[in-house]
Amino acid sequence: MADAAFLALTVITIGSAIAALELRSLIYGSIALMGTLGGIAGFFFLLDAPFVALFQLAVYVGSIAVLILFTVMLVKRELIFKKIEDKRRKFAGIGLMLVVMVSLGAVFLDSGIKTITTDEPPVNFRDIGADFVIYYWPALILMGLILAGSITGALVLAKREDVENDQRTS
Amino acid sequence: MTSELVDFTLVSVALLGIGIYGLAVKRNFIRMLFAVEIIINAANLNLVAFGRFLPHSGGQTLALFSIAIAAAEVAVGLSLIIVAYRMYQNVDIADFRSLKG
Repeated sequence: MADAAFLALTVITIGSAIAALELRSLIYGSIALMGTLGGIAGFFFLLDAPFVALFQLAVYVGSIAVLILFTVMLVKRELIFKKIEDKRRKFAGIGLMLVVMVSLGAVFLDSGIKTITTDEPPVNFRDIGADFVIYYWPALILMGLILAGSITGALVLAKREDVENDQRTS
Repeated sequence: MTSELVDFTLVSVALLGIGIYGLAVKRNFIRMLFAVEIIINAANLNLVAFGRFLPHSGGQTLALFSIAIAAAEVAVGLSLIIVAYRMYQNVDIADFRSLKG
């Protein structure tokens, strides 16, 4: 059965996920998204994966959420507080959400994973390091290249070419 | 450790449902990015949960890869938001019609 920490983390994670999508202000929405990401990090701690949990905190809560906050700040004030959504699609979206939750939940509850329990010790993080350098080192190099490429691409995309002359004149 | 694998998968299913709702209903580009992030986190939770209960180190390794790739995706997505906002002065995806033909 689930314990108290699990239940608290579930409430925090799912509640702040709903808040991130439904709060009127985008700034509060992105702070609620931080709550979701932090809650997932808490789940990782519960799953005896402190390395992934700290990685999640550093990368998601530390950098991605802050990046999103800064992007929200670049948007006009009235757009931050304006709720843009299709009223007609709202009920269809809620229906779709319920269908996904109920059908997948029923499949999981009916499947054999309900009986899976473990008494074995958690995975040592040294095994993760060994995985990275022994089995997945080409993927690791590729991931580094993809990260460098995407950051360069993002910089090139976001660069303003019309501003340079203005700055020189002012 | 008292929680079971099925508890974590149910939380993950709930997060997936919320993310799909956000993608289907919201027209704000930034909110849709939030929804994508929630779905990616649901997938990561599943990876780590299955990795813990099998137990196998592959789950955590793949989750770390997934987190790093998600960081790249967010960087590109946010720069696309900035470019689109500069072009249209709006974040409503219904206004982004250049590729619509």
